[in-house]
Amino acid sequence: MKQIAVVSGKGGTGKTSLVASLAALAQGRAVVADCDVDAPDLHLILRPEIKEKREFLGIKRAVIDSSKCTFCGSCEEHCRFKAIDDFVVDSLLCEGCAVCKLICPAEALSMVDRLSGYAYISETRFGPLVHADLFPGEEASGKLVAMVRELAREQATSRKLDLILIDGSPGIGCPVIASLTGVDIALVVTEPTVSAVHDLERILGLAEYFQVKAAVCINKYDLNPDVAHHIEEICSQRQIKIAGKLPFDQTVVKAMVLGEPVIKIGGPAAEGIRELWRALELCL
Amino acid sequence: MIVSIASGKGGTGKTLIATSIAASLDRVQLLDCDVEEPNAYLFFPNIEIIEKADCHVPVPVVDEAKCTHCGICSDFCAYHALAVLPSRVLVFPQLCHGCGGCTFACPEKAVSEMSREVGKIIRARSSGIELVWGELCLGEARTTPLIRAIKGMANGELTIVDCPPGTSCSMVESVIGSDFCLLVTEPTPFGLYDLDIALKALKKMHIPCGVLVNKSGIGDKKVYRYLEKRGIPLLMEIPMSRRIAELYSQGTIFVQEMPEWKERFQDLLNDIKGLVS
Repeated sequence: MKQIAVVSGKGGTGKTSLVASLAALAQGRAVVADCDVDAPDLHLILRPEIKEKREFLGIKRAVIDSSKCTFCGSCEEHCRFKAIDDFVVDSLLCEGCAVCKLICPAEALSMVDRLSGYAYISETRFGPLVHADLFPGEEASGKLVAMVRELAREQATSRKLDLILIDGSPGIGCPVIASLTGVDIALVVTEPTVSAVHDLERILGLAEYFQVKAAVCINKYDLNPDVAHHIEEICSQRQIKIAGKLPFDQTVVKAMVLGEPVIKIGGPAAEGIRELWRALELCL
Repeated sequence: MIVSIASGKGGTGKTLIATSIAASLDRVQLLDCDVEEPNAYLFFPNIEIIEKADCHVPVPVVDEAKCTHCGICSDFCAYHALAVLPSRVLVFPQLCHGCGGCTFACPEKAVSEMSREVGKIIRARSSGIELVWGELCLGEARTTPLIRAIKGMANGELTIVDCPPGTSCSMVESVIGSDFCLLVTEPTPFGLYDLDIALKALKKMHIPCGVLVNKSGIGDKKVYRYLEKRGIPLLMEIPMSRRIAELYSQGTIFVQEMPEWKERFQDLLNDIKGLVS
């Protein structure tokens, strides 16, 4: 089984639009996993029919039983996350460590499970999709990403599919690390802007840190040909393959509005994506 | 006053807006809380770095001479950052949240703490603008300690906070404590879906907010109906413009080349001040 993670460093470079097209090109041989759990958008194009829904319990939260509390203030003093104020726990700040419970002399604190989101196993017109919703403002996005990837592996095994396509989140932190570890290829989508180049170098550094092979897709390469050329130089120095170069194409947004992958609409970006898919297949 | 600039979806223009507001004012502080991918400073070519400091978090150290390998510390640790083997204890620093619980839980007082670097904080100046940003070390999963440290540098005057994308803990940590949050979106299905999640996160935090629609003219009109229906103020629109996109791509704040926009950003800030008071 092979796994491709589409990541980017910088947000909004076109990961999800690209993954939707790759899902269509894979023609039912892939399980798609939307690992951008706190801003998941892939379902807007793949329009899944949900078959199974699983609860996601993130981190536990502290609760103070006011009938037992002696208002000694020990919990507030020891909480390093400043989550206790005036004998009330702020659940947005609580990181579930349970130090307050350990410290409390009156046994007034308990740790409770909290439903933090859902993971879904769905069917789409391009094959199975595993996706999730992290409730707004919740922690533990990395843990939910791990759950989505585990469900995707189960689906691939039971359906005898040999490819998992992962739509990652922007950045280089917890959910990205959870999306990237152990994949066969990290396809990094970038664009020719000063910001995106800076972010590209950080995500390529992260892939190297976790010993994951990377390939790059330059989206909207014609927006600034000089910067695009600079990206090619960076990749050549790092011996990283440019898997594709996609032109700026208004069809991409039109396809998004229609809820269709770009390759189903056509145009220059669609052509570029087809070439990229062929290059990716060779990489695998 | 602290105004944070956030969005659920990435790449909608948070940094474009945060840097444009800063460049339109005479005196302002800009905190870039996107420690995974800090970009705001790239738009200020003449910055003068004032100070650079390491951001540290506590991490446990086990004194093997005192340790009886009872396993209480690893049972207590909610983050699986300690594993007790028959003859030694393994510590996984990147999983540790630095709560200090293992030091209290150990009956032998064998666990103490040392500090570990998770990133850097840089403070710089460019004419009237004070800029603070953080750089998370590669391989670090947790952003919140570094974000907290950057926010600790707020100077009590006008502060603009450029937030990371998304709606989970990094966004919450960046936005919390703001007087107002400006959500940047684009008029597309992805933009609207993620705006809705971001608005729900802000509601939990009880922070007043308004919306800026960037790249208007692309996509569809649904975001306008959405805002109208919910009575959320639409504070500004920036049209999709090849010129703005090209200036951004070179690392130029577009208001420097299109100064007629400065007044509009000043008006935006005055509108926000009006909504806060």
